[in-house]
Amino acid sequence: METKRTVYADNAATTAMSKTAIDAMLPYLDKVYGNPSSLHSAGQAAKEALEAARADVAACLGAQPNEIYFTSCGSESDNQAIRSAAHTGALKGKKHIISTAFEHHAVLHTLERLKKEEGFEITYLDVHSNGVVKAEEVKAAIRPDTCLVTIMYANNEIGTVQPIREIGAVCREAKVTFHTDAVQAVGHIPVNVVEDNIDMLSLSAHKFHGPKGIGALYCRKGIRLLPFIDGGAQERNKRAGTENIAEIVAMAAALKEACANMAENSARLVKMRDRIVAELSKIPHSKVNGDMTRHLPGTINMCFEGIEGEGLLLHLDDKGICASSGSACTSGSLDPSHVLLAIGLPHEVAHGSLRLSLCEYNTEEDADRIIKAVPEVVEYLRNMSPVWKEMERGELPHII
Amino acid sequence: MALYSEKVMDHFRNPRNVGEIPDADGIGEVGNARCGDIMKIYLKIENDVIVDVKFNTFGCGSAIASSSMATELIKGKPLSQALELTNKAVAEALDGLPAHKMHCSVLAEEAIRAAIKDYYDKNGIEYDKSQFPEHDEDEEIHE
Repeated sequence: METKRTVYADNAATTAMSKTAIDAMLPYLDKVYGNPSSLHSAGQAAKEALEAARADVAACLGAQPNEIYFTSCGSESDNQAIRSAAHTGALKGKKHIISTAFEHHAVLHTLERLKKEEGFEITYLDVHSNGVVKAEEVKAAIRPDTCLVTIMYANNEIGTVQPIREIGAVCREAKVTFHTDAVQAVGHIPVNVVEDNIDMLSLSAHKFHGPKGIGALYCRKGIRLLPFIDGGAQERNKRAGTENIAEIVAMAAALKEACANMAENSARLVKMRDRIVAELSKIPHSKVNGDMTRHLPGTINMCFEGIEGEGLLLHLDDKGICASSGSACTSGSLDPSHVLLAIGLPHEVAHGSLRLSLCEYNTEEDADRIIKAVPEVVEYLRNMSPVWKEMERGELPHII
Repeated sequence: MALYSEKVMDHFRNPRNVGEIPDADGIGEVGNARCGDIMKIYLKIENDVIVDVKFNTFGCGSAIASSSMATELIKGKPLSQALELTNKAVAEALDGLPAHKMHCSVLAEEAIRAAIKDYYDKNGIEYDKSQFPEHDEDEEIHE
């Protein structure tokens, strides 16, 4: 049997490191290995690399270098930003936070803990059936005791991009701190913290071909940031722990590369994405999730009625295609994805979801293989699905 | 370690006894689409022996594999033996299931019981009702 190249279409989960990032990283493992806190030349060489990386990351976001704090991942950035803004607000008696129902769990679980353990009140805004928050609804939800609005830049499952600039403007006007989890956006679509009126922003390197285990938090000058890990004076006393220089350098290199090639990559991906969506939409009783006019270039989320997502993923994997699903069985819980439920999909439909997330390493041949494989697997699974058969016999109504 | 055993993957990739029996003597359907699992089992019965069995399943990999294995375990067996099939036996025959997937094997056991009960009911055959505990319809809604 011919061994085919694996079609990796799960880039929203994680990406391969770019050669640029790997090359940038390697010297910092065994050549420039000093501790940036050391005074000697080996330490100072590392310190220089650290600050150069900080300047590069800042430049990619339109920020100042002293507004960038390196963290271990996007989740840590989310945790620190939200807790810091919440605790700063609580000192002034402000204990109300606005967010949405389809945030990443790093945000949702942090908010739920603040609610349960510290008595914060959380308003979760509707994300509507198109998966887009409305800035005027953010405005309407702001109260005198609101200390934080945290809304993701782009959704990780359905790929919808939020009106961040408008939301930021609303928050700036109301003098409420605005944090955005931009883990899926940075490196993929233009993000500028100044133009977008952002106070705090989380990013993660492994979503744009950098290494896993490294992220950053942007915190605008003038916004108070509380320390998250106590210890040494690293990261201007806000995040103790010896800096992960090799990964910080690799993250900066990956981000610079992603931003330099963004327009070109994005144009190619949008074409590939739209071709796949058009072809897979020919599958009867299928549905594309999320507003495709406000969308990440490489993300596709679809539901196929009458089947369950895990079986779809396993069969696609057998055909050499790596994808993802929001079905309950793939989440390890018995409920399907909170994101798909938040856009109003019934459980039955949400179980049959498929997420394909492309990157610039995917080829048109990859797209061809996806376009061929998905309908085959959907048909195969429908042929053994009692739900599908009852729908086809008219005993159960089709939902989509 | 992979999520599933080789046995599970074999039965998922090459499920045995997939299909429907148009003139089935007993049909059992259990589960709930809301929870992402529905199993439907068709039995052909002659002289209290399961001479043929088919299934249709909407569900994850382990639900499909559990259906396949369960049908293999009861095919050609007398009804009395099929009624003794436990979910544990199905899971063991598959070389184990992950803890959060054990309910798939429970569904397989229940689907077989439901199909046998359907056969008894249709044919007015007396049976020990304690062998067929009533399942609350909402039981499968894990909320």
